[in-house]
Amino acid sequence: MKSLIKQLVETPGPSGFEYEIRDVIREAIGEAADEIRVDALGSLIAKKGKKTEQGLRVMISAHIDEIGLMVTHIDDNGFLRFTNIGGVSPMTCYGGRVLFMNGTRGVIGMDSIEKGKTLKLTDLFIDVGATSKDNCPVKVGDVCGFDRPFLDLGKRMVAKSMDDRVAAAVAIEVLKRLESTPHEVHFVFSTQEEVGLSGATTAAYGVDPDLGFAIDVTRSGDTPRFSPKMATALGDGPAIKVRDSSFIADPRLVDWMIKTAEEADIPYQLEVLEAGGTDGRAIQLTRGGVPAGCVSIACRYIHSPSEMVDSDDVENAVKLLVKLLSEPIVLK
Amino acid sequence: MTENPKITASKVPEIGKSQFELLEKLCNATAVSGDEHEVRQIVLEEVKPVADEVEVDALGNVLATRFGHGENRVRVMLAAHMDEIGFMIVKKHDDNLFQFERIGGIDERQLPGKAVLVGREHLSGVIGAKPIHMTTPDERKKKIAVDSLRIDMGPEIGDKVKPGDRATFATRFKVVGPSIRAKALDDRLGVAMLIELLKHAPGNIDLLAAFTVQEEVGLRGARVAAYRFNPDMAIAVDSTPAYDLPHWDDEDQNVQYNTRLDEGPAIYVMDRATIADRRLVTLLTDSAQEEDIPFQFRQPGGGGTDAGVIHKTRAGIPSISVSVPSRYAHTAIGLARIDDWANTLRLLHAALIRVTPDLLAGERRG
Amino acid sequence: MIDLSDLLNKMLTAPGLSGYESPIREIIREAWEPLTDDLSISKIGSLHGLKVGQGDAPRRRVMISAHMDAIGMMVTHIQDGFIRVTEIGGIDHRILPGQPVIVHGREDLPGIVAQPPGYLLPESVGDGPVEMKYLLVDVGLRPGEVAEKVRVGDVVSYAQEPLALTGEALSGHTLDNRVSVAATTLCLEALQNCFHDWDVWAVASAQEEETLGGAFTSPFDIQPDIAIVIDVCFAQGTGSSDWRSLPFGEGVGLGYGPNIHPALYDAFEKKAKELEIPYHRDLMPKMSGTDAMAVQIVAEGIPCAVLGIPLRYMHTPVETVSLKDIRRAGRLMAAFIADLKPDALDHINWEE
Repeated sequence: MKSLIKQLVETPGPSGFEYEIRDVIREAIGEAADEIRVDALGSLIAKKGKKTEQGLRVMISAHIDEIGLMVTHIDDNGFLRFTNIGGVSPMTCYGGRVLFMNGTRGVIGMDSIEKGKTLKLTDLFIDVGATSKDNCPVKVGDVCGFDRPFLDLGKRMVAKSMDDRVAAAVAIEVLKRLESTPHEVHFVFSTQEEVGLSGATTAAYGVDPDLGFAIDVTRSGDTPRFSPKMATALGDGPAIKVRDSSFIADPRLVDWMIKTAEEADIPYQLEVLEAGGTDGRAIQLTRGGVPAGCVSIACRYIHSPSEMVDSDDVENAVKLLVKLLSEPIVLK
Repeated sequence: MTENPKITASKVPEIGKSQFELLEKLCNATAVSGDEHEVRQIVLEEVKPVADEVEVDALGNVLATRFGHGENRVRVMLAAHMDEIGFMIVKKHDDNLFQFERIGGIDERQLPGKAVLVGREHLSGVIGAKPIHMTTPDERKKKIAVDSLRIDMGPEIGDKVKPGDRATFATRFKVVGPSIRAKALDDRLGVAMLIELLKHAPGNIDLLAAFTVQEEVGLRGARVAAYRFNPDMAIAVDSTPAYDLPHWDDEDQNVQYNTRLDEGPAIYVMDRATIADRRLVTLLTDSAQEEDIPFQFRQPGGGGTDAGVIHKTRAGIPSISVSVPSRYAHTAIGLARIDDWANTLRLLHAALIRVTPDLLAGERRG
Repeated sequence: MIDLSDLLNKMLTAPGLSGYESPIREIIREAWEPLTDDLSISKIGSLHGLKVGQGDAPRRRVMISAHMDAIGMMVTHIQDGFIRVTEIGGIDHRILPGQPVIVHGREDLPGIVAQPPGYLLPESVGDGPVEMKYLLVDVGLRPGEVAEKVRVGDVVSYAQEPLALTGEALSGHTLDNRVSVAATTLCLEALQNCFHDWDVWAVASAQEEETLGGAFTSPFDIQPDIAIVIDVCFAQGTGSSDWRSLPFGEGVGLGYGPNIHPALYDAFEKKAKELEIPYHRDLMPKMSGTDAMAVQIVAEGIPCAVLGIPLRYMHTPVETVSLKDIRRAGRLMAAFIADLKPDALDHINWEE
């Protein structure tokens, strides 16, 4: 699975510009799905399975967009000013490298080192090596993602955009490993999550599911002086989300997920995320309401160019979802 | 007129005397978010004679449709909001002065010493401020708190005004050289253009015109209008700030100008609410180039338009925004160029006549 | 004849935090069973009670929405048998130290919110208010037992019992918004003896305090023609004396602002005057802070009225209301509904 994750995280595709990553995913899925379509906002939806009497129409949502930057102004010397796409912290920018959709690469510089403590995005600029507006290979409106190669540390893996490409990898793996299911499963590779859950919102309306799971990363409370204290840790298993700041997972579904993990001897942890939202909300508030939950992958340094996850957590997340989807889901 | 057989012939709307009169009427009307009555009446009067269907929905949006002819017509929704930023009277104090709250985003520093019009009757009032003689230098360094401001309508206002009534700045519309000077250019310019486009609706599309309410308090009207119309694509027509003033430090350029006056209609690639469908960006830029219409890209960044909720409606609707640049939006007096207005209208019309089913046939790619 | 104090006692002692409304939903179901023709539960846990109208089909639908969920806390972390929590809904951390709470773990455990002494906290806290992330809940058990009985994600509610104060005032936690559910129950009771054309959908909505989830989803299925949202509003009292607060115990609030259809405001005002039910215009210049924010913009849009029961000390364990205002709200809603003619919707327009 590591090579799939590597391929996914290294493909550029900030919110709204997911066409390349969508093509990569489509190819990775190959013939494993029964049907594939792309909706109006660019989300890729792969259907698998036929609904039996005990089955449900289930939506799985993993978002394929990443955070990035968009050029707002090019000055006379070819330096680029930019705005953020999704949640980008100035702290993670200085000295970072970017890759534009048109292949141009650059680095992020800062107005003055004194700005350090109160650094804002408007104090930064991108240098693509141009010397004037005229020989600049990039124009206002062009977008870039952060540029960092995948790093395999053995049990741990590091890359930019583990949020949420690692979940896309999990979804692809689940799709491939799912041999029999009583459900009609719609794997949604959603767009524009980082800017307001747009892809999942519209995909959920179109799919009109009976039940849904998002797959996303969540913070990991196991680094020095992490505050507020959080019980999740890398290596403790896929996290069953109880809530995040955007929605409260259906408690009946949480209980079912716990039961399923315990019966299948899959390690798991429970997650309460105080600051961060996911596609789960978009699914839950669709139409007349949908019981929704989320399988999370604990992740350190979220929204930095070096997000770290545990490879066993990733494998166990796949196992957990395959188990959940292979049997009826009973909410009491 | 044109050699391209794909382009449907349709009269290009122009800005003339009656367009100015209509804009003046619209800008001078009072229609604060949630109480859009006055502008709604003007809109209904203008659209009823030309639309095939007109309805006013549960929130007060005016939804007007003009059907085209031929098969496989694309359903295009255009949205312009009728509401403006303003105030609500919240309390009458014993001294016959009225406390108020702001509706929509208004910088509190724009309030002291302004004239306002209150209620449906447009009664005159002023937002008073302490005489400078009575202030200290230290005091003058701090902002005046909104809840300490009062609207004064004279000692015998009596019961003519009560908490709940709305108010706006009292600015009256005026043409000054190449410019228009008025309040509520955001978005009466859009409303005026939408009325014109409805009158000149081209035959290749179904034109679904939504004159929306409550944009300034959360894009609320557009959400239900889009659900109702369920269009194939949408364009929000608004007015966007031009911060094209000079930087204090001449060495630095102003790099956050958003848009500039005299550079034509502003096409949105991304704001805080919508990432435009690139196919629509291309439609607009191609149309502009073919018809020789100047245009600019609005600097990607903050802000939002009705497109922000439209694109998320139902199973998703490809959307984009186009705006007339104007200075001093959300203050008492806005300023826009007549040319920019005219060119925005031309650009929208040019884009509409070029819409075909092929436009959105493939996948969204950026 | 429903005993309001009795009903409130039952409703106020049943837990039901946002997302975890089952216990209170059961109580409401029991109360609404004899008053409705059909009861159902939405996919995310709201309770829908239908009282069929007596008019000829097809009948119009009026939906009453009163959120049943409560604010509270949720376990985020357990350290040495001490429990850390985060909020569900908005809580001012300054009212927490020393509060009695109930941790709903594998069993209900009485707990105390402990404010650790300054020397156990970062220096920056000093002797100022202690944020929620530094507070601890002590359930009086040894760490091993806590580990068995409590886990991350368990919910925690206030333990304050309802108190009767003078002048028919009632104090306790979760009056926001159980008092509105009680008023809705009184309304349904009054309708037993009235002829009403329209179908009435009483909804005890879920998750208002967190996502307005119930308010976004129930109307999608019910498709009402108009909606009455009933919630608590600010009453004048300690710390709240400005224009946003209504007098305490002196009448219901009628919401006024963009969230509310002016024709419905007018209809409610007219009815209140007719029945001599005291009321005050409750100004909501932008948003109402209630389910109406969502209900109004579901699908093609729904005209809303917002009724408020004035309440002091909102979101604390000692919220206080006047029982008189609860009764007034119930009566006013019932009278309004009984008055709805089959063509009433024609007059709810924007032509004024």
